[in-house]
Amino acid sequence: MGLIVGLMVLPFLWMLSTSLKAQEYILQTPPQLIPNPITLESYTGLAERIDLVRTFFNSAFVALVGTAGQIVISAMSAYAFARLEWPGRNQVFLLYLTTMMIPAVVMVIPQFILVRNLGWMNTYAALIVPGLFSAFGTFLLRQAFLTIPKDFEEAAFVDGANHFTIFWRIIMPLSLPSLATLGVFSFMGYWNNYLYPLFVARRDEVMTLPIALATLQAGPRALTEWNMVMAGSVITVLPILVAYLLAQRWFVSGAISSGIKG
Amino acid sequence: MSRMSWNSGIHRWKWVALFLLPGLIGLSLFVLYPIASSFWLAFQDWNLLRPPEFVGLGNFQELAQDDAFWQALSYTLSFIVLYVPVVFIAGLGLALFLNQKFPGMLIVRASTFLPVVASWVVVSLIWKWIFNPAYGLVNFALNLIGIQGPAWLFEPQTAVYAMVITSVWKDVGYIALLYLGGLQNISESYYEAARIDGANRWRCLRHITLPLLTPTMFFVAITLLINYFQMFEQVWLMPMRDSAADRQVEVIVTEVVKNAFSYSRMGYASAMSWVLFALIFAITFVQLRLQKRWVFYKSD
Repeated sequence: MGLIVGLMVLPFLWMLSTSLKAQEYILQTPPQLIPNPITLESYTGLAERIDLVRTFFNSAFVALVGTAGQIVISAMSAYAFARLEWPGRNQVFLLYLTTMMIPAVVMVIPQFILVRNLGWMNTYAALIVPGLFSAFGTFLLRQAFLTIPKDFEEAAFVDGANHFTIFWRIIMPLSLPSLATLGVFSFMGYWNNYLYPLFVARRDEVMTLPIALATLQAGPRALTEWNMVMAGSVITVLPILVAYLLAQRWFVSGAISSGIKG
Repeated sequence: MSRMSWNSGIHRWKWVALFLLPGLIGLSLFVLYPIASSFWLAFQDWNLLRPPEFVGLGNFQELAQDDAFWQALSYTLSFIVLYVPVVFIAGLGLALFLNQKFPGMLIVRASTFLPVVASWVVVSLIWKWIFNPAYGLVNFALNLIGIQGPAWLFEPQTAVYAMVITSVWKDVGYIALLYLGGLQNISESYYEAARIDGANRWRCLRHITLPLLTPTMFFVAITLLINYFQMFEQVWLMPMRDSAADRQVEVIVTEVVKNAFSYSRMGYASAMSWVLFALIFAITFVQLRLQKRWVFYKSD
């Protein structure tokens, strides 16, 4: 038991420990497990290389706005598939499902070209908008909406409620667990994404944390400053680890429902 | 107001448009159109500067003779051959362990999921540091037991092991979670009946748990293959810059990315990405056929 916890946690502790050492101490053998002296100089050094506040803000802004947008758009589409009746509904839904089979790498090239043609290179729009339209999110919420009994709505319709009221006052509040699941899944996707932003957000003003972090060790200098790289890793990973520890349940359900999209 | 009137005529279409169109228009522009244009690009020669030129199957013919592509494919496959069995079995073992009830189990469970929520970039960098030949923890530990550690992420042969270990660490909690779902679906009554018949734990595992877990195993296997044909971040970030590993270790996605964004060969890279799609599709298809043969489903 301790062995499993140790194996899982030790690399993170090693990251933290390295980030709190001065450069000369990280090259010691035997390695210092607990930094002595503890110093924040790798964090201040990192702040000189990267605009940390800006980069952190970029990541948070993109992830929060993207998640909120994805939830609203997925929920509205899901309502149209679960509660409205219109010809061609099943065919359009099948089309949504089909897009889920396409690997991310097939999408990266044409999305890059599209973003370029729209004049969106190095903008928040490039980082946020293409991810908003999630067939997976629509699928997940449609399943959730279908489990809600129609009795509530029928009573509300009799009282003169319209679809918007039903959606906002009945369907959404009753689907909070699924909305949270999608929210966590979407936030993780935006926060951790690397392949796509790597090519559409290369300027410092819009760079997100994973992109900025990866540039630290790609420099031409022979010696990577590992304390700095680990300091950047701490800043990138800590919010998501804390969020996970606070909301474990939704992370787990998000991971399970993501299935092959994981 | 009757139940029919709110759901008919012009009125109905107004609501369909309101709820569906924002998502459908966005999906068309940012998902469907890119898919279609990527497919179209696969038959073009285009460097982003000159207008695209139709080359028919030229990109695919070139692919068939492209050593770099075949090497990337073979590296992807050899990675999968090493990685999938390890994580498949380690995940199962971990799930069987986590499925027991004793104090502190929630902490163990939570810890196994930490690497799953961490980003691949962070995980790659942490392990790149751990596998540092001179100052890393792995070679230090090997030194303690008198083994001279290898150069890990400098050499292609050892880099694959470093990346496999990293990937297992990252994914084992997720795979265990998938198995746990399957384990918790197995009714306790089977075990009670077996215990009355005097079956020991090994026989319960062999004759109840494993057969009833085959649908989950099947799902896990498909998930692993689909995800790892698309592996990218580890390979992009972990090999030491300018080392032999950096020059030689490529997988399909890194090859696509290099062609598209380093050589501006958009058509060729698109063709390669569609070959990857075809491979994934074929695997899913073959596995669905195999499923009928070896997956055991409860009859109820």
